[in-house]
Amino acid sequence: MKKITKIVSSFVTTLGLAFAISSPAMAAGGHAAVLDEVHMNMSDKASLQNGAKLFVNYCLSCHSASYSRYNRVAEDLDIPLALLKENLMFTTEKTGDLMITTMPQADAKRWFGIAPPDLTLVSRVRKPNWVYTYLRAFYQDEGSPSGWNNSLFENVAMPHALYELQGVQRFIGKATPAELHAGGGSHAAETSHSGEGDHRIVGDAKFDLVHPGKLNPDEFDAAMTDLTAFLTYLAEPAQLQRKKIGVFTLTFLIILMGLCYLLKKEYWRDVH
Amino acid sequence: MAIHRHDNHVSANAFMEWVDRRLPLTKVWNEHLAEYWAAKNLNFWYFFGSLSLLVLVIQLLTGIFLTMHYKPDAALAFASVEYIMRDVPFGWLVRYLHSTGASAFFVVVYLHMFRGVIYGSHREPRELVWLIGCVIFVALMAEAFMGYLLPWGNMSYWGAQVIISLFEVIPFIGPDLTEWIRGDFVISDATLNRFFAFHVILLPLILVVLVFLHLVALHQVGSNNPDGIDIFEHLDENGKPLDGIGFHPYYVVKDLVGVCGFLILYLGVVFFAPDLGGIFLEKDNFAPANSLQTPPDIVPLWYFTPYYSILRASTEQLLQVFAVGSGLVGLAAIIFTKYKAPVKVGIGLVALAFVFIFLNSSGKAWGVILMGAALVMFFLLPWLDRSPVLSIRYRSLPFKIALVVFLIAFFILGYLGMNSPTPARTLVAQICTVIYFGFFVLMPWFTSIGKTKPVPDRVTYDEH
Repeated sequence: MKKITKIVSSFVTTLGLAFAISSPAMAAGGHAAVLDEVHMNMSDKASLQNGAKLFVNYCLSCHSASYSRYNRVAEDLDIPLALLKENLMFTTEKTGDLMITTMPQADAKRWFGIAPPDLTLVSRVRKPNWVYTYLRAFYQDEGSPSGWNNSLFENVAMPHALYELQGVQRFIGKATPAELHAGGGSHAAETSHSGEGDHRIVGDAKFDLVHPGKLNPDEFDAAMTDLTAFLTYLAEPAQLQRKKIGVFTLTFLIILMGLCYLLKKEYWRDVH
Repeated sequence: MAIHRHDNHVSANAFMEWVDRRLPLTKVWNEHLAEYWAAKNLNFWYFFGSLSLLVLVIQLLTGIFLTMHYKPDAALAFASVEYIMRDVPFGWLVRYLHSTGASAFFVVVYLHMFRGVIYGSHREPRELVWLIGCVIFVALMAEAFMGYLLPWGNMSYWGAQVIISLFEVIPFIGPDLTEWIRGDFVISDATLNRFFAFHVILLPLILVVLVFLHLVALHQVGSNNPDGIDIFEHLDENGKPLDGIGFHPYYVVKDLVGVCGFLILYLGVVFFAPDLGGIFLEKDNFAPANSLQTPPDIVPLWYFTPYYSILRASTEQLLQVFAVGSGLVGLAAIIFTKYKAPVKVGIGLVALAFVFIFLNSSGKAWGVILMGAALVMFFLLPWLDRSPVLSIRYRSLPFKIALVVFLIAFFILGYLGMNSPTPARTLVAQICTVIYFGFFVLMPWFTSIGKTKPVPDRVTYDEH
């Protein structure tokens, strides 16, 4: 047994060394987009409810969430059915229906060049940080068909659906590495004001707010955090319960393992 | 070597006597559990056989429940998986148990195979146990590959596209063969339906039969042990091995501890990280199959990546290295061995033939051949390994060094297969591919040199 341990430990060390040697050469492949980190709290029902409100008001008019049902969302997010029907259901009357947009896909394809993708699973495909950065990275661009562009997803067909909340941003340029280091990532909101002028850094792009929206920049970021949290929930509704069940299951198994070990010891007492 | 068995099994009561006269229940119970003598020093590495069986059962059971709601139809498949994830009560749990189970299966099977290699369980008299196990491994790969198409995600689609199109390199019949496999010119509804049939009926059936044969063959020759010695050489007056204990209850209760440990890790993934950062469930597979949109990197799941790396590593340069290598091996065999002259001429001709073939064929075709050969190597292991001892505890240093180098190469190949290739990565993959095959090709040599340690008469057992 000792020999095996020695071999395994030497193996692990060498493997670590091998990866360390080969990784700088490997890191060269493919550049990753600069994303802001979203700080969601998936157990914050108020945040998820606000995200749901934003979703049905601003997203569902064009995008579907065609694997999700209204009543399931209401149940998971503690939204009373009456409130759901009154405030959150614009596309159908039946609470058991799937969340499908009323916009005809064929028309949408003609209008935008591409049918708006289904959003049920977007946060599992793109990951929450991408969604959060993307939603905040729209800017005015007279050169594009819709008049909008996005610094994370260049020449995206989608116009800025949330401009009445965010206002209108103007793209100044890519942030320098120093600016990214100082204000990039999750702290974009805090540094933008204290820094020079009113620049905000979203991802790796610098923006000016040329026309304010209904929300101030910090409020807008918070709203987008809620929307991202909702989309994250939407991609996997089971996540709200699976971790709770997991804690009980693992606790049970750890106790069971202890008992099994004692049972084994008892049986093996007569093995000499 | 055969296990000594009691021919007169005593039935427990009148009912069992009635049964036993019609069905050899007590006989089977005794021969395969209560009086199946296993060495008393089986350690940690011996958990993975019974765990493989456990995962097989988990996959069969969860699979049955998944088919109750899954629709094998290109237009409905993706949505039906999401229906299972959302609308079927605890459907998400069943689905995660199955998707995590696929990876868990390969984890335990790889560890089980590794156990065989380090303790010489593939050597005489257990060659057939090992061979059947290798067939199980290949069948499991086919099962996993076909199962991966069923969610009809974009990675399902493109992964199947890439792997099936590999058959195109087969001379003459390649293009027709791939079309025949797919049932269409591209991956389509026809492909999905046949893969579903294979995944839920044919391969599970094959797997269960093979696992049964694996156990029958094992019980014919008896389990190996970490010392790699025959416990049946020291018997007591009843013909029971002195170092053997009944599988039941001793190893049943011991394996229960292993089962708990396994379930903690397995369910930990199921409940807390079912996609394990994209390793167990790839993010591109949460988008439905789209024949017009190729994912940025088409990569298989982790358990295939070492072989996928070998496939991608096959370039003209690698073949030149192989040509030089086979020439050198042939030359070394002629100069340093003590065979007769005609044999040496034969070796020389074979080596020359290999040099010629390597220099005159395409990298793509060889990628497929190498990937297949990488699996075939496992089948040859019982005969490539020439060490006078079975267990790594008593093996010579060259074997230990070779094994560690091989493992490192295997892990690096696996890592590279998960990532997009760059020239530097391809070079590393090629070096590791050479090491991979070098391990098997040179095994007859490095297992027969060096000084082995004396093997004890009886198993080493540390009583706590």
